[in-house]
Amino acid sequence: MQKELLNKKDIDRIISRIAHEIIEKNKGIDDLCLVGIQRGGVHLAKRLSEKIKDIEGSSIPVGTLDITLYRDDINIKKPHPIVRRTEIPFDITDKKVVLVDDVLFTGRSIRAALDALMDIGRPSQIQLAVLVDRGHRELPIRADYVGKNIPTARAENIEVLLQEDGLKDSVIIESR
Amino acid sequence: MKKDLLGIKQLNEEEILNILTTASSFKDVLQRDIKKVPALRGKTVVNLFFEPSTRTRTSFELAEKRLSTDVLNFSIPTSSVVKGESLLDTVKTMQSYGADYIVIRHQCSGVPHRLSRFVKGSVINAGDGINEHPTQALLDAFTIKEKKGEIKGLNIAIIGDIVHSRVARSNTLCLLKLGANIRYIAPATLLPNYIPQEIKTFYNIDEGIKDADVIMALRVQKERMDKAFFPSEREYFKLYGLTPDRLQKADSQAIVMHPGPMNRGIEISSDVADSNQSVILDQVTNGIAVRMAVLYLFGGNDNG
Repeated sequence: MQKELLNKKDIDRIISRIAHEIIEKNKGIDDLCLVGIQRGGVHLAKRLSEKIKDIEGSSIPVGTLDITLYRDDINIKKPHPIVRRTEIPFDITDKKVVLVDDVLFTGRSIRAALDALMDIGRPSQIQLAVLVDRGHRELPIRADYVGKNIPTARAENIEVLLQEDGLKDSVIIESR
Repeated sequence: MKKDLLGIKQLNEEEILNILTTASSFKDVLQRDIKKVPALRGKTVVNLFFEPSTRTRTSFELAEKRLSTDVLNFSIPTSSVVKGESLLDTVKTMQSYGADYIVIRHQCSGVPHRLSRFVKGSVINAGDGINEHPTQALLDAFTIKEKKGEIKGLNIAIIGDIVHSRVARSNTLCLLKLGANIRYIAPATLLPNYIPQEIKTFYNIDEGIKDADVIMALRVQKERMDKAFFPSEREYFKLYGLTPDRLQKADSQAIVMHPGPMNRGIEISSDVADSNQSVILDQVTNGIAVRMAVLYLFGGNDNG
């Protein structure tokens, strides 16, 4: 069974709100950069950066991060998952990095992302922005910016569909 | 991916391209300050080299370390092999250590293939006799792709001691699968008996090199020559050596490759080896990224 939880309008509003929150919390955009986690986070980070540019008039650097090589389940998953590109064409040392992901669930991908970032540089601060927080954390991790809290059952599946992938913007919950 | 990388022969185009794409992600890792990722933490790799090697062995070792594996280098002269231990017994011992990968180079063709039937971990062929050297072909394809963008339709000239060259064999298989046009340039004594139909052969280097986009010079493998394949090294250089004059006849953007180790003044002149058309050192750098991709992908098989 499928149900739409967020539509295009909702997602637009969330991006807009989080962009404002990021600027407010950091008192501007000095030393700020965005890093989207492959794959869903990448598109969201780009949208956030455009929104921030609209508001502040100047843009901030955006990178993409692939966490595959840092996962804790890599040796359980067979075959080994596809390694995608990490492209952070700027120095993150002493920068405030906002990690962007689509769904926050167990927290394990964020743990992997933190380790991956630390190998690339030494940011002064790392913050976390997610479109959906669905609960069921297995690690002590929380997001600084949350689009929507959605209580779920473990067996349920949350799908974030984005128009960058040729789909209609929406967030869907599936019960199995 | 399969359990073992025995040769290019066993791979299809899709699998080859998957390895090359994964390798480019690993190349990014190698350009960072911290050139190591925890992907294969806790895995054990045994490097079994029954033949001398500088590049391949150090390249594999670095690739293994950059993936956080534990590495065991097995050196033949100081091992029980000299006391007469059989290959299979040696490998079974390594297996009892819990080796997840066995990287093997052996002077006999087919050794990795036979071992793979007895070993639970992944067997990676690092060169077997005159049969195959798959990781070299993959790193060559990666380098060509990096420099030329697309492999399909390129004219690739392979020059020299083709009959003894596992590099030439693996490269031929790989580049044909990726859609390149291949030419062999060599004296008749150094051409293999069976040459795939798609390949043009030339005895004259000046004719063969015309319009080539990629030129691969091969090492004259004296250690595999049990009889006189050509009169003298001087004559060989005169007739088949890659010199600046000859390079001019190729495409002006042509790249020059060599799997190493080079015999300067026999198959290639120093002027060409050190020219800006030479990508020989890029091949070495790319070798690490490609071997990381191989270890990563072949370690993820379903029955391992």
